Amino acid sequence: MAGPTNACSADRAPGAAGRDFDRERRRLELDPSHPATHGSLKFTLELTGETIADLDVRIGYLHRGFEKECESRGWAQAIPYTDRLDYHSAILANLGFCLAVEKLMGLETSPRSRWLRVLGCEISRVGDHLLRCGSACHELGALPESLAAIEARERVADLQEALCGARVTANYVRIGGVRRDLPADFRAAGEVLLPKIRALLGDMDAAVHRNPVLLARLRDTGVLSRQDCLRYAVTGPILRAAGEPLDLRKQQPYLTYDEIDFDVPVGSVGDNYDRYLVCVAEARESLGIVEQCLARLERLGPQPIAGAVFDDPVRGPTVAAGEAYTAIESANGELGFYLVSDGSERPVKVRCRPPAFLHLAALPEMLREAKLADLVPTFELLNAVGGECDR
Amino acid sequence: MDDYGSVALARLLADCTDAVRATHAQYGDATAQVAPARIGELLRFLRDDAECAFEMLTDLTVVDRGDVAAPEARFEVVYHLYSVSKNHRVRLKVGVAADAPAVASAVGLYASANWMEREAFDLYGIRFDGHPDLRRILLADGFEGHPLRKDFPKTKRVPLDGPER
Repeated sequence: MAGPTNACSADRAPGAAGRDFDRERRRLELDPSHPATHGSLKFTLELTGETIADLDVRIGYLHRGFEKECESRGWAQAIPYTDRLDYHSAILANLGFCLAVEKLMGLETSPRSRWLRVLGCEISRVGDHLLRCGSACHELGALPESLAAIEARERVADLQEALCGARVTANYVRIGGVRRDLPADFRAAGEVLLPKIRALLGDMDAAVHRNPVLLARLRDTGVLSRQDCLRYAVTGPILRAAGEPLDLRKQQPYLTYDEIDFDVPVGSVGDNYDRYLVCVAEARESLGIVEQCLARLERLGPQPIAGAVFDDPVRGPTVAAGEAYTAIESANGELGFYLVSDGSERPVKVRCRPPAFLHLAALPEMLREAKLADLVPTFELLNAVGGECDR
Repeated sequence: MDDYGSVALARLLADCTDAVRATHAQYGDATAQVAPARIGELLRFLRDDAECAFEMLTDLTVVDRGDVAAPEARFEVVYHLYSVSKNHRVRLKVGVAADAPAVASAVGLYASANWMEREAFDLYGIRFDGHPDLRRILLADGFEGHPLRKDFPKTKRVPLDGPER
């Protein structure tokens, strides 16, 4: 029985109006005003039907002249700017910069301040991974999963607030130490918050694995092989999801990571699902590291943590002429700082090697012949934070 | 101090002596100042040599030496390589002239060079010969000048009325 004629389906029939929508080439622009681009970038797509034939990623909308700003001020004045690189995990960027300055200065830090730094870094990492997984779920319409992640992320912010007083821009690490010691009530806060975060992470993961649509959208999408990761200098969870167990906390240990017991989770396929699994497993490992830090800090007892005192407490030290590169394992991967000093109170060069920038550069490779619908979740799981990409 | 790169320096000095102008390992960072004309060849050697095995061009940036350096080496293009399999690093530096600065592109060897060279072009005005798509990346297309150059004042404003991004 013939139903009412549907104008759309009549249009879609090949030849009906001389158009074949599944083969037609068209151009699509996802501007910074599109909610999925978070205001920080623009995708220009060439589509054949729903298949991506070509993708150009335009960034820079959040460029604030990070390097120029750092090069016009004292060494210590750059630390708050590093908060605003990957602003989901400020302490990691604080640390990367301070370690590089300390390398140039040959500055030693006390064991207690090193453990405090690890504590701060791992809290940052948990929050970053939760946000990455939560936003990917959100973009795929998986609301309960994303709400669990966001709730957990709030508890992580509570924990960071208990540590340093700030929920986002931590400004916690100092050249030679950290800004303040563990507050007296931190242990009590940790005893309440850590089990909560663990439980919410479990809730999110359980909900993800009860959602066959979500799983189907994550599996076999956005694949980047180990070999291509290396070509594009892709590091962190994305490289590990492709099966390469590179984690600078293990490979080139800094702070106290060589004394800490933790695993490096790896995937095998290098698709979005593996990235999700690696991030969840890493967040769990990081919570374990936080607990180890608390135990060690209790055993260590009081030690100086505030770091070096400089003649100019605002601008910070004068640094001997030279150059140094330091890399840490941030939530996104290798976060490097290459510093050049001419021996004065201001840096000649402050280069931030932003992992997210390089990962975003590989996005077209991940989406070769992919469907348009896979663009947004793949992008979310890259955690290409505008602050870090654009600096 | 951690030492993760002496093998690479030794290999460079043994096999490409005439292209290496100076080396140091300050703070444990193995560094070689090399001849600009030979950069492509050296990167290929470091990538393909079995003992070096630098699969990754981790970072590429530029230092503006300003008035301090001689005009023929005002800019320094700095390459950081990392070998995942050998777990070591090396830094290469090439001097580039103040006027019409240019160096060979590494995109053919490392895909990661693509965006990093675009950034170096955008912010320092270095041309990378052979780059497939050398256009601005962080700043708008109509932006005039290269703001990370030392002679670009921090307070300078460039009106954004160029072509639409």
